[in-house]
Amino acid sequence: MFHKLTLAPALAAILAVGAPALPAMGQTAPLRIEITDGVIEPMSIAIPAFHGDAELAARVRQVVADNLTGTGLFREIPAEAHPARPAGFSDAISYEEWRAVNAQALVTAEVTQAGEDISVRFRLFDVFTGQPQGDGMQFDARAADWRRAAHKIADQIYTRLTGERPYFDSRVAFVQETGPKNARIKRIGVMDYDGANIRWMTDGASLVLAPKFSPDGRQILFTSYDSGFPQIRLLDVASVTSRPLTQDPGAMAFAPAFSPDGRRIAYSREQGGNSDIWLMDVATGGQRPLTNAPSIETSPSFSPDGSRIVFESDRSGTPQLYIMGLDGGEPQRISFGDGRYGTPAWSPRGDMIAFTKRIGDRFHIGVMRTDGSGEKMLTESFLDEGPTWAPNGRVVMFTRVTPGGTGEPRLHSVDITGRNMRPIELDFAASDPSWGPLLP
Amino acid sequence: MTHAATKPALIACLLALAACAQPAPPAPPVIDPYAQTAAGAVFQGNLPGGVIGVEGSAEFFRAQVGDTVLFPADQTTLTPEARAILSRQAAWLNRHGNFTAIIQGHAEETGTREYNLALGARRASAVQEYLVAQGVAPGRIRTLSFGKERPAEVCSDESCYARNRRAVTVVSDGGVGL
Repeated sequence: MFHKLTLAPALAAILAVGAPALPAMGQTAPLRIEITDGVIEPMSIAIPAFHGDAELAARVRQVVADNLTGTGLFREIPAEAHPARPAGFSDAISYEEWRAVNAQALVTAEVTQAGEDISVRFRLFDVFTGQPQGDGMQFDARAADWRRAAHKIADQIYTRLTGERPYFDSRVAFVQETGPKNARIKRIGVMDYDGANIRWMTDGASLVLAPKFSPDGRQILFTSYDSGFPQIRLLDVASVTSRPLTQDPGAMAFAPAFSPDGRRIAYSREQGGNSDIWLMDVATGGQRPLTNAPSIETSPSFSPDGSRIVFESDRSGTPQLYIMGLDGGEPQRISFGDGRYGTPAWSPRGDMIAFTKRIGDRFHIGVMRTDGSGEKMLTESFLDEGPTWAPNGRVVMFTRVTPGGTGEPRLHSVDITGRNMRPIELDFAASDPSWGPLLP
Repeated sequence: MTHAATKPALIACLLALAACAQPAPPAPPVIDPYAQTAAGAVFQGNLPGGVIGVEGSAEFFRAQVGDTVLFPADQTTLTPEARAILSRQAAWLNRHGNFTAIIQGHAEETGTREYNLALGARRASAVQEYLVAQGVAPGRIRTLSFGKERPAEVCSDESCYARNRRAVTVVSDGGVGL
């Protein structure tokens, strides 16, 4: 059978359809690639040319293929090796021919366009058992959202073959950096997770730092120097307008983070040289301190249930990670390894915390469980910083800075197994990624 | 007299033009115009009017008083060298009550963006406290931090980091930002 879904216009106010339910699997054990810490052999997947509108179909197919191979979990069988494509999207699959080229999975699809509307249908097959894997699905979208339709298909395939939640149909806020190192011009942009579809949110006139997507992806918190002093602003993505959330002339405000319900923010408030973490109600502006210590407290990140905050503090003498409840109580230190820890980010799954760690003169992105156990470094370089989680908690994106007078930041992503480190394809320097939610 | 020193040089050029095409000799060492005394820093230099600006100018403050103090790695406490510069800053600010000051704290690049913002704020605040202790009215001083966003030097080794771990006092007679 076929499931039919309509993609809401990007970032529209009301969404008519919820996230697609996973279709039932066939009778046999599903084709599955297990993601473990060990070395894995990528699954071979055939994605022959999509049917329908040839030009659009080719673009959609390429995005689907890039999404899947970009995970490092799939290897695409080159088109030259393919047997003849079925004449029509609904024609029977000749499994034997696909087995002969060692395809484990096969994707077929059809892309049609009528005016400003497009429709994309796809099927996924387990070649070795000769069975469809899950039901076919159809996505209807506006032509302008063709990449989202492609991401949705790739998400379905990824989910069916890995058992993991999807993440391709998501966006990342970031800071573009231009100009010399001692006079950088910075502006906030929003892109598809893969670096495409860039929209600019600020104009570069003021120094801006560390955007943070709201849980619904419609707003962005950031630190701005537009008043001459660092203060936090709240930006509406659809209208590209922002307003100040903090404007106390005697206190610097920076390092904001949304609560999971989007109604509150935690941030660093500095007065008289001392930075503490404060909690603010976005609607009312009412706020109160969560820490009250002479040390530096910064980089707060909420747990997914909103009850706790992980943050960075140098109360022990060096920057370390701590967790506290929102109702007070002594923060509990969770980082005990050598080195200096910073920028903790609580995984959307709730089980892990990603962080920046400096050991000697090298920087790492690492992950640990929320009790501090299981610490593991994923990267190492001159300067890696600021991890942000993919919506499914499988991948982190971060900033890697190269040294020297011409050094500059680039965005990279890495699987939490430490595999598949790769740069985000952008033709400019960028920093401070914030990965938004899976779009509905 | 400002021109007294340049006239002989001009005459020398007229007499021997070829010699004047040679590369300029090394610049003379900068002599600190302040002397440390039991009563504090005392200005003893000659004011080169029209070159750096009058004594009561932001240009003079930057070039002659010294607008920047440096910090050791990870530190926010003031060194003796920093205190000497800040004593001069305080004396100047106390002489020129129409000026306000913004103190910008900075950090080297080897730290996270947000921690460095907080670290720079501590440095700026340490400078503010010292100036206030030297008699500058707190209402005339405001602080902020640029963290690692505005390095003075761009290389990635200690020679640059040492100059980027700093607090810069920017004076203005317009009351900017206060």
